[in-house]
Amino acid sequence: MGIKLLIHNDKVPGIETLAVYRQMGGYASVEKALKTMTPNDVVEEVKKSGLRGRGGAGFPTGMKWSFLFKPEGVERYLVCNADESEPGTFKDRYLMEKIPHALIEGMITSSYALGAKTSYIYIRGEYFYVARILEKAIEEAYAAGWLGKNILGTDFSHDCFVQVGGGAYICGEETALLESLEGKRGNPRIKPPFPAIAGLYGCPTVVNNVETIATVCPIINMGGEEYAKIGIGKSTGTKLISASGHINKPGVYEIELGLPVEEFIYSDEYCGGIINGRKMKAVVAGGSSVPILPTELILKTAKGEPRLMSYESLSDGGFLTGSMLGSGGFIVYDETTSIVKNLYTFARFYHHESCGQCSPCREGTGWMEKILHRIVEGHGKPSDIDLLWDIQRKIEGNTICPLGDAAAWPVASAIRHFRAEFEEYVNHPERIKDVKHYYSVQQVSEAQL
Amino acid sequence: MAKVTIDGHSIEVPDGTTILQAARMIVDANNYEGANIAPPTMCYYSKLKTSGGYCRTCIVKVTKGSEKDPRPMPKPVASCRTTVMDGMEVVNITSPEVLESRKAVVEFLLINHPLDCPICDQAGECHLQDLGYEHGLAKTRYDFERRTFEKIDIGPYVKLHMTRCIMCFRCIKVADQITDNRFQGMLFRGDASEISTYIEKAIDNDFSGNVIDVCPVGALTDKTFRFKSRVWFAKPMDAHRYCKKCSGKVAIWLKADEVLRVTSRKDKWGEAEEWICNECRFEKKKTSDWIIEGPRHIDRHSVISANHYENLTKLKLDIGKQQKQLADKK
Repeated sequence: MGIKLLIHNDKVPGIETLAVYRQMGGYASVEKALKTMTPNDVVEEVKKSGLRGRGGAGFPTGMKWSFLFKPEGVERYLVCNADESEPGTFKDRYLMEKIPHALIEGMITSSYALGAKTSYIYIRGEYFYVARILEKAIEEAYAAGWLGKNILGTDFSHDCFVQVGGGAYICGEETALLESLEGKRGNPRIKPPFPAIAGLYGCPTVVNNVETIATVCPIINMGGEEYAKIGIGKSTGTKLISASGHINKPGVYEIELGLPVEEFIYSDEYCGGIINGRKMKAVVAGGSSVPILPTELILKTAKGEPRLMSYESLSDGGFLTGSMLGSGGFIVYDETTSIVKNLYTFARFYHHESCGQCSPCREGTGWMEKILHRIVEGHGKPSDIDLLWDIQRKIEGNTICPLGDAAAWPVASAIRHFRAEFEEYVNHPERIKDVKHYYSVQQVSEAQL
Repeated sequence: MAKVTIDGHSIEVPDGTTILQAARMIVDANNYEGANIAPPTMCYYSKLKTSGGYCRTCIVKVTKGSEKDPRPMPKPVASCRTTVMDGMEVVNITSPEVLESRKAVVEFLLINHPLDCPICDQAGECHLQDLGYEHGLAKTRYDFERRTFEKIDIGPYVKLHMTRCIMCFRCIKVADQITDNRFQGMLFRGDASEISTYIEKAIDNDFSGNVIDVCPVGALTDKTFRFKSRVWFAKPMDAHRYCKKCSGKVAIWLKADEVLRVTSRKDKWGEAEEWICNECRFEKKKTSDWIIEGPRHIDRHSVISANHYENLTKLKLDIGKQQKQLADKK
């Protein structure tokens, strides 16, 4: 069994209540931080731990915290990004649903480090039942004196609120999240200024992912240096991975970063191999927006080294032969999957979720979806593949927020690694009619040959 | 003060200036000599706060961040919203990469634009038309149905034709910033988003007509002028009247002695010099309402100037001279 720091207690009955959570050693980090450490000590510990943002970009959390602008007499805010909407990612929901106090504890400790008197948990609209769980947990924490005025008799006071969003993917982008939290339309802001300078209500703000904030507790408990020993290289600690797709055991797993991908997929402790004994075709390693990789590239890097579950190893080879750890939405596809149909689903999602502010994303995502729809329906033209490639290239990097990139990367990687399949769809539309899976398409084509 | 170099032209500008403003300053300083290095804009409007950043036509590449931090910026940036740093080096028209990205943006802007210029009132003074001529493709690669909307009347004087809209947000900023209360906003999202008033509420505001002037395309048009004339057949004149609400300095567009329409005076970047009120714009349609100052200067590249001879007196003299010479020869 690997090391577990976040969800080791998830099977304990009643862990969602404060009493049981406290019994299992909960809120120790708040006690330790408030009684024995200064806010700067906490930030230093997080810096030492090498913790990187778990929301997708992997930016060092300690660095992000130290960038926070701290003028006198201006409120500072901590905002927790629980708008987990990336297709394939459901790790934060699991954590909040099972152990809500882990997040609340992290919120208090992190707010103490940042000097934030108020913090918000912005949760996506579809997680309304999780929001109820969190609200209940916050109520319990207030009653027990973990939240409110003068926590543990110190002069640190803190209030935490849950805000339910309307269910837009774009509100997971930190500036759009802040706009939405302020009660406006959730459109990303143009940076600079960054939230660390002018965020929520124009005040300095730190926006962190649920898992990042929850990880602060074990870091404070065990010390930053001790935490940094877990993991590999610059990818320290453990990570929640939400595994889905054609595997025997889909679910949320906590892994130590540096675990080989092959072990993660085939070991019985984790995914337990491909369903029905089929062969693996491709993997999306970090949520729908990261590049898809075929079997030979996900198990081994282009250099022939085994690929590991870490920020560096997964992005080894850039976007040509690599991918990203992203938010940890690990989707496995077996040989029956049609990559083209899968891509169409993704493209439809990004088209639907584009906010409409800047032109490349607003117009480009819709255009890509229409072309892919045509290809999937068997009306594609041979020139469509190059046109798709050209459109994604022109969206990427030209937009305000990363949604444009997120829409472009899956298209780019699918065409890069599975071009033959697109050509099959375009050149032999008769073979894809009335066929549910690509697997059968292959059989049909083999029979015809 | 910060020194910034754009396409090899250097200029000292105050801190907080954007790259776009610096580029315009360079063009101003050189008095149109040489190439026009000012990036085109569709959504930025210098007189509206927080405008810009949406259309992405003004993107440039920063090849050197600043004197202190010389790293180049990884992505192309929107020049209208990026402030200059001391020692910054920017490439605009000298970079094929930037021009290609701009071409891509123009293509994206045009895929859902109806291209109904022959029946559009904005034709001839449309920024998207200019941009399309300069950077667009001759043929579209988009072969799907374009999105369409019903035309909406917003108030008694303004028609909103969303099909032509390119989502520049300028009219929303006007509504926010120069009128008393906000009456416009964006509904829905993605490529289904549309500009709308609060449940088609009529605009009842003295300065609401300015949304027509700021609209870079023909999405917001003047109902008192719609389909009356092509703009290049009308004669633009500077005129003023004594108005209690605004400065009264306007441009009137004449056809014979009839005032076809009244607009604000636009500077060389296509921006209104001063906002004008609805009374001047929509209700004063007689020549006797106005004190005419003289013909309005129109950029010679504009299609509107095709019928106008600026140095008419000089031309007359020249013709007179030639006729005299011819007569002398005989």
